[in-house]
Amino acid sequence: MTPPPKHKRPEPVEVVKHRRDVALAGLVGGVPYVQFLGIQVERHGDELTAILPFDEKLIGNPMLPAIHGGVTAAFLETAAVIQLSWSTLWEDMESGALDPSTLGPEHMPYLPKTIDFSIDYLRSGLPRDAYARARVVRQGRRYASVHVEAWQDQRGKLYAQATGHFLMPSP
Amino acid sequence: MMKGMTAEQKAEMARKFTEAIPHCKALGMVLEKLEDGEAIMSMPYDEKLIGDPRTGVIHGGAVSALLDTCCGSAVMSHPKAPAITATIDLRIDYMRSATPGQKITAKATCYHVTRSVAFVRAVALDEDEGRPVATATGAFTADGDPKRRSTEISNDITDDVSEGGAA
Repeated sequence: MTPPPKHKRPEPVEVVKHRRDVALAGLVGGVPYVQFLGIQVERHGDELTAILPFDEKLIGNPMLPAIHGGVTAAFLETAAVIQLSWSTLWEDMESGALDPSTLGPEHMPYLPKTIDFSIDYLRSGLPRDAYARARVVRQGRRYASVHVEAWQDQRGKLYAQATGHFLMPSP
Repeated sequence: MMKGMTAEQKAEMARKFTEAIPHCKALGMVLEKLEDGEAIMSMPYDEKLIGDPRTGVIHGGAVSALLDTCCGSAVMSHPKAPAITATIDLRIDYMRSATPGQKITAKATCYHVTRSVAFVRAVALDEDEGRPVATATGAFTADGDPKRRSTEISNDITDDVSEGGAA
């Protein structure tokens, strides 16, 4: 009789990637407003980058033209909410406690609620794609504080940043 | 040059500007009132605005877009502010979820204007007007320097308004 292996073999990379991608697609694809704005999310390991491809309907100043300030607010808030949900579900997802295929429009257990959101407009939004990355600065049992940075052509030149507080869903 | 305009002309200009915004059209925003630094703007309920598919509650971002636009319009209609503006910062507090199926109405007041900054506050309501959905406070640019590009833009709008026969 062979003794049981001391260490579990690492899962095949395809399995790990598939599980994470399915979970992320559930978070992004399940929200109609995120789809309306055309927001996509790219993933590298656990790092997420939200992308807002430029579109005519996002224009707020037809003369410049510039992206609508409200769109920028919505984009940053969305990036913050997705990042926070993602951080919350990560452990359950990695441990296998959560089946990512169950995430979708009917089942979104990890959606936090925005308490407040404060946006700092640093440059006017050009008619180009925009990118955002959010960082969960502090996450408690009940409340979380998230900071978001957004840029367009140059990563070092932010066009907006924001801080938001969120109410975590009750378990 | 902006000083030569009457309050009516300026309000008309702000209205035209707001209604020409592609994103406002996409969200179905309607400017209901605009005068002397006060703006009322509404947005009908639509399934594409949903943020929580289980409840049908609209996304906070859509409420933010309405509040931002309404605040900007309030600034543009203020007698002391230039006719064009941009958001410097905006803080939004969410009091409760908007009731699914109901129209959202934003009311904004531009309560102070300096030579360079306009200060605004706003509230977003659904049909239960006694309980606000969200409030906002913001600072907007109010740069009346004729050398600035923003004024060139406002000149363009002025031309449009005069062609439109608002005077």
